[in-house]
Amino acid sequence: MEYAIEMRGITKRFGAVTANDNIDFLVKPQEIHCLLGENGSGKTTLMNILFGIYTMDEGQIKVNGQPVHIRSPRDASRLGIGMVHQHFMLFNQNTVLENIILGDERVPFFLDYEKSRKEVQSLLDRYEFHIDLDEKICNLSVGMKQRVEILKVLYRGAEIIIFDEPTSVLTPQESDILLGMIQNLREQGKTVVFISHKLGETMTIGDSMTVLRKGAAVANVLREETSVHDLARHMVGKEVETSLEREEVEPGECVFELADVPIWEHRKSCNLRVHEYEILGIAGVDGNGQMELEESIIGLRDHRQGHQYLLGEEITHEPTLLRKLKGMAHIPSDRHKYGILPNETLCRNYLLGNQEREEFKSHGLIRTQRLDRFSEEMIEKYNVYTSGIEQTSGSLSGGNQQKLVLSRELSQSPKFILAAQPTVGLDIGAIEFVHRTLLQKREEGCAILLISADLSEVMALSDRIAVMYEGEIVAVGDSSEFTRDELGLMMAGHLGGAS
Amino acid sequence: MSIKKFFRRFSFDSLASSLISLLLSFVIGGLLIWAIGTNPFQAYYLIGVGAVGTMKNLANTLASSIPLIFAGLAVAVSSKAGLLNLGVEGQLYMGAMAATLCGLYLPATNRFILLIAIMIASMLGGMLWALIPGVLKAKFGTHEVIVAIMLNYVAELFTTYLIIVPFREHGSTVNQTAEIPKAARLSKLFPRTQLTTAFILAVIVAIIVWFLLRRTTLGFKISAVGGNRDAARAGGINPTAYVIIAMLISGAIASFAGTTEVVGKYFRFRENFSPGFGFTGLAVAVLARNNPFGVIATSILFGGLSTGCLYMSRITGISGHMSNVIQSIIILLVSAPRLFEIIKGSRKRT
Ligand SMILES: Nc1ncnc2c1ncn2[C@@H]1O[C@H](COP(=O)(O)OP(=O)(O)OP(=O)(O)O)[C@@H](O)[C@H]1O
Ligand SMILES: [Mg+2]
Repeated sequence: MEYAIEMRGITKRFGAVTANDNIDFLVKPQEIHCLLGENGSGKTTLMNILFGIYTMDEGQIKVNGQPVHIRSPRDASRLGIGMVHQHFMLFNQNTVLENIILGDERVPFFLDYEKSRKEVQSLLDRYEFHIDLDEKICNLSVGMKQRVEILKVLYRGAEIIIFDEPTSVLTPQESDILLGMIQNLREQGKTVVFISHKLGETMTIGDSMTVLRKGAAVANVLREETSVHDLARHMVGKEVETSLEREEVEPGECVFELADVPIWEHRKSCNLRVHEYEILGIAGVDGNGQMELEESIIGLRDHRQGHQYLLGEEITHEPTLLRKLKGMAHIPSDRHKYGILPNETLCRNYLLGNQEREEFKSHGLIRTQRLDRFSEEMIEKYNVYTSGIEQTSGSLSGGNQQKLVLSRELSQSPKFILAAQPTVGLDIGAIEFVHRTLLQKREEGCAILLISADLSEVMALSDRIAVMYEGEIVAVGDSSEFTRDELGLMMAGHLGGAS
Repeated sequence: MSIKKFFRRFSFDSLASSLISLLLSFVIGGLLIWAIGTNPFQAYYLIGVGAVGTMKNLANTLASSIPLIFAGLAVAVSSKAGLLNLGVEGQLYMGAMAATLCGLYLPATNRFILLIAIMIASMLGGMLWALIPGVLKAKFGTHEVIVAIMLNYVAELFTTYLIIVPFREHGSTVNQTAEIPKAARLSKLFPRTQLTTAFILAVIVAIIVWFLLRRTTLGFKISAVGGNRDAARAGGINPTAYVIIAMLISGAIASFAGTTEVVGKYFRFRENFSPGFGFTGLAVAVLARNNPFGVIATSILFGGLSTGCLYMSRITGISGHMSNVIQSIIILLVSAPRLFEIIKGSRKRT
């Protein structure tokens, strides 16, 4: 039988780390093949090899039965392989159409706009994508931007399409739409490789699965032969526990208060109070003011109106540094923007935000020994998969970057934790760990504000829930007061469900 | 441990691609020499002799590397903060002018005090000139490169005005100031060469820059702002402040590129004494990938090229400007490092 993709004996090393260890990866034509594995198990690396971004140290690749050498993404495109990266590579100021047709190396020097437009339009019709070709990218939602990325790949004539964690940035509704689109792609004869940490999803759309563990392929199964439970065991190598225990604790004093702050201009201003021993969850579809809320709480936006209090003191106009020193921790929703220094070593990333603490600084000098020791401890405790504290944070796997940020922010015994999308891109084991850690912090008396697009996460962790819609807090209450459906309705702007 | 770390960090790949581009430049330079009818091997041999063949030649090579080291370090510091300081040329003129005036008019006779005062005046001059693009960039987002380049002209013309009108040497036919007193001059490290204690100063400044960037929280904050401005902000670092501080440090170092020429070589401010040190400094920093010790090595290489080519031209009749040609090729090849990554990538699989 001929495979669409046949990768055999693939090995790739980065210094001391073997990211891919003699992996066989086989994909049949016109199937949806899921690639699973814990953070840092080598999924992105394997796909980057297939797409010509990295070169393998050992191994062979056949595409549609033909042995090939893929030296660059351009080679991959020519072989009909396309990749939808987790980070969008779009030009914000250009329109959808321009983004799709520009940068296609088949295009001659002069563009025939009308012809290209017709081609793109016929793609839209064929795959039932609903998108305005003349809209600027910066006005699109995340889900729409992703559609543009998919169109780019289709326009270049891809027959084999790789999706690297496409759903981790999407809301549940958007995810469902995307999964539908991917199934449609298969019906139209495309072959799909799908990377995800969400096992439910992979069981819904996958035809077969390959599981990686620590760089090696440990299982290759058909959907019919497996289960979520089974896959989890393959990934982790042991049974996984998935029950969360929440101790009942009484909330204490108010730790953080947001009073009359207009998150969006010309909207009702927002009020929030977070207490000791309490997790307040913000539910809402992404893009309804969560980013603005996050930025204003850590002091990156100066509002002319409203007040903010931390531990009883007004901090409305205090800079970020003071807020951090007073005990505010921040797990940013956008870790690449706000969380890491990609070209610096892990140690120096652990210093970020802690640079003014006596622990790491004396007379203006960095206390390197302490910093090294601290970094090593954190890596150990949070299971960051790395070759050592001298590795640059930009070369960590996506999930491990998240662990780096988490460990840094939770380490300085904070009083108030702003956790925005804390589990994006993490594998099930790591999500478990983060949830447990947040609950443990709560039991120690921390006040936690959890912003998450994942409704199940909000419901599982929060003592109280606030719903955000179009820049306003439209409902607040004990989490027991809401049902999942009510929350869903309110997130979509249908009020009057509860309270 | 730090030495080992240092070598690990200065990763093989970046070192290798810098070395490859150097080698290639020499090959292309050789072809050019061959094309104008001289044996390239002989020419390179003569350049080598001229650069390092005798102690005296070596000393002159080191001497001509001094302004390049300062200029390169200045660019490196600013690059770390995510800025490109193309105003080194203007800053070195302003710094050198401040230093010269200090040497001419400060009524101090104590050598030590006088030299310290000159250094301080120099730094103030350079910092003032770096502050302008720094503040404009930090406050209004004005592109620092454009402001700095325009300020280069202002500095050059302004200092020229000063030496033509108010501070011109009495009875001189050329545009220059009077000579600064003996007490204000640097002492020579090697007799009858131009190598002065300025070289030691350059090495010390390089070590300070390295230390600043690797070991101090100030340096960390500067590189954080340059590496990821938003993350720096979220980490409690005020980018505006550190952009300006980095520019000030850069300007202070840049000024030494001019001042050491005045107090070590000409003993007066001469019209247009800098043959574009600021821009060569940019090339030095790029080739050295902003590593302070790399800056020293690269500057010595460029210094050796110019003294070596001068020597070669006296013997073979090839113009001494051959050094400019080879330097330019190096710069061209360095600014296209992508090329080497591609070459490297395709070679692996054949
Ligand atoms: N450019 C690089 N330089 C050094 N190490 C790297 C590089 N890219 C990846 N690695 C290492 O290779 C390993 C595998 O990384 P990879 O990104 O493939 O993981 P992943 O399975 O995609 O994980 P995640 O689910 O977290 O995205 C990691 O330990 C990572 O640190
Ligand atoms: Mg990945």
